[in-house]
Amino acid sequence: MTPRRTVLVAGNPNSGKSTLFNALTGARAHVANYPGVTIDRVAAPLTARDGSTIDLVDLPGTYGLSARSREEQIAVDALLGRDLPAPQAVVVVVDAAALGRALFLVIEILATGVPVVVALNMSDEAARDGIVIDIARLAAMTGAEVVPTVATRGEGLAALGAAIERAAAKPPTDAPFLERPAGLTIDIAELEAAILAEGVLDRPGAARAWACWLLLSLDDNGDDDLAGIPPGLRARTLAIRRRAAEAGRNVDLEIISSSYRRVDAIVAAVVRRAPEERRRLTDRIDSVLTHGLYGGAVFALVMMVVFQALFTWSEPAIALIESGVTGVQALAAAALPPGPLTRLLIDGVIAGVGNVVVFVPQIGLLFLFIGLLEDSGYLARVAFVIDRLMRSVGLNGRAFVPMLSGFSCAVPAVMATRTIESRTDRLLTMLVLPLMSCSARLPVYVLITATVFAPGTRFGLLSAGAVLLFSMYMLSVVAALTAAAVLRRTVLKGPGAPLVLELPPYRLPAPRVLLANAWQRVRAFLVGAGTVILALTIVLWALLSYPRVPAAGDQLRHSFAGRLGHVIEPAIEPLGFDWRIGVGVIGAFAAREVFVSTLAIVFDIESGEEGNEPLREALRAATWPDGRPLMTPLAGVSLMVFFVLACQCMSTIAVVRRESGTWRWPLFMFAYMTVLAYGASLVVYQAGARLGWGLS
Amino acid sequence: MTKKPGSLAALPVGGMAVISRVRGQRAVVRRLLEIGLVPGTEVTLRRVAPMGDPIELKLRNFALSIRRAEALGIDVE
Repeated sequence: MTPRRTVLVAGNPNSGKSTLFNALTGARAHVANYPGVTIDRVAAPLTARDGSTIDLVDLPGTYGLSARSREEQIAVDALLGRDLPAPQAVVVVVDAAALGRALFLVIEILATGVPVVVALNMSDEAARDGIVIDIARLAAMTGAEVVPTVATRGEGLAALGAAIERAAAKPPTDAPFLERPAGLTIDIAELEAAILAEGVLDRPGAARAWACWLLLSLDDNGDDDLAGIPPGLRARTLAIRRRAAEAGRNVDLEIISSSYRRVDAIVAAVVRRAPEERRRLTDRIDSVLTHGLYGGAVFALVMMVVFQALFTWSEPAIALIESGVTGVQALAAAALPPGPLTRLLIDGVIAGVGNVVVFVPQIGLLFLFIGLLEDSGYLARVAFVIDRLMRSVGLNGRAFVPMLSGFSCAVPAVMATRTIESRTDRLLTMLVLPLMSCSARLPVYVLITATVFAPGTRFGLLSAGAVLLFSMYMLSVVAALTAAAVLRRTVLKGPGAPLVLELPPYRLPAPRVLLANAWQRVRAFLVGAGTVILALTIVLWALLSYPRVPAAGDQLRHSFAGRLGHVIEPAIEPLGFDWRIGVGVIGAFAAREVFVSTLAIVFDIESGEEGNEPLREALRAATWPDGRPLMTPLAGVSLMVFFVLACQCMSTIAVVRRESGTWRWPLFMFAYMTVLAYGASLVVYQAGARLGWGLS
Repeated sequence: MTKKPGSLAALPVGGMAVISRVRGQRAVVRRLLEIGLVPGTEVTLRRVAPMGDPIELKLRNFALSIRRAEALGIDVE
């Protein structure tokens, strides 16, 4: 058997790269991280005809190889085999209809000398648009094998597989592929020699490609986040750049323009285009969908459907999972002898698994919708139409769908930020998203409103409950947008990435692809965030149940959480909360709606069913030690404001941890939201009390 | 076709021009160049978003949207 070989799959965003990757490898993908960054490294084995295995690795979609951040750097590192096994070949997936752009990446990769296979994807679409490509000529001019494919229908896969095997058996070449301007050629040669002398790379072709990349990527003031570059080479690169600038040359422009000159020459030779205007259908659809009036109406309608589906379609599945968990817990309780281990299993482990699985319907649904919107081409139009509005608070047009999903649940919404290209924009969206009032806050609002306002209480024409509920949603939106504006100017400073948004032609999405993608997201959540949620559930359970006391009913007061409630009482008293509310807030960290059941335990009420009327009675009767009523309308409003703004959700923290790749950002998020919630509740309660509002 | 140099952002809807220069912050310029907005490329301004920004361009047989802020740095003739 031949040793294990690696073949990379590269391509522009929207080229159908991931679909082609999945179609080639089946469902055998294995997800890990690239060294040092949080970009998924999706790899899958491909069995060659001789029985040997080739590891296919899906590179993140990109238009070029230049980089400023370590996330962008992985493409070049993977191609040149730095920190990773060097690839035997690269498949570059291109949109056959847009060769004039897509060939740029092909050229850059060809310049590394690694054997290349070009997958001419969506070739059916190009043919339909009257674009004829001379495949033999394209192959001759690039030295790459060219295979037409239609990834969504699985066409051309066998030929592509065979071409991959042939390419992987070829040796890399060191012959210069591109003609560069004379001055640039000298610059590159100088740097190439320095790289070879340092021993960073040993193949001249690879060193030449890396030299180009260094010249294009390194920041003149060291203001880049690129790793693994010896200081000597960095200094040498910057010296060459300085020398060129003094001679009035623009190195970036020279490198990119000379590559594009080659692209244009190839396109002129191999592409024949029918005279008629391309993409007329897309144009006609766009004149409606991006129109100020009709476009707005369609947009509102589509978003309402998504929103409604997330809320109501997931409900039966969530209810089913919840009753399933209760059923399993009952079975375990009946089958196992009572004891601490059984309790751990039932209230810790099984409840924890339930806490994880309960998110699956919403994550699955949201990613089906996002897949549908993205693959049809509409998601890019949403970003196009709404970008102006989002930008006013420092967000990107692509942040809209995740923010809207936040009304349903922050967990899938945080995962949906992956459609945002720039890391800073993605982080910003992730950090403010949990302020959007999610559906788990609703039971809390309902309990509090029903407790502090007698039914029929009205503010003018509207019922008190409706006014309060509306105010809480408004508060959440205003808070999220304000937080975005503030964070953009402070913690996540910077000009923000420019919007570079491709508007692909409208296409009919393939259901198989949609389902496969949604499943991939669900699996990533179960593995990446699920484990943390499970662990936190067990910890929280232990806090509420230990140390144990013999007298029933008094357990919670003596538990760690109960004691913690007493400890924090002086801190939360100015907000109008006593230790019992404090315990509820701590318990709500498992999931906000748990606030209701935790309070039921605190007030020693048997399973609060039927609209929680007994719990409401108990809350209304509750007093401070000096006899003042605890749940005044003012305290209720203060508590609701706290719930709007506080990050009372370990699952959100777990998923931000997974998506940002560090504990730093979820902890920051937790801290700023808690401070915000505390401050706002303090202002509400203290100001209200001074003014004498809502005290009885 | 007019040969007056000007900014891409000043092009009327449906107007076509050839890029002559891309100015601005280095990282932004590099990004725009890499996606195909290199000097010599023919660009058409296809439409403007309902709120006046961003704009949609057609170049190299694909549709690209960028903001006016970036388009202002792209000289055309």
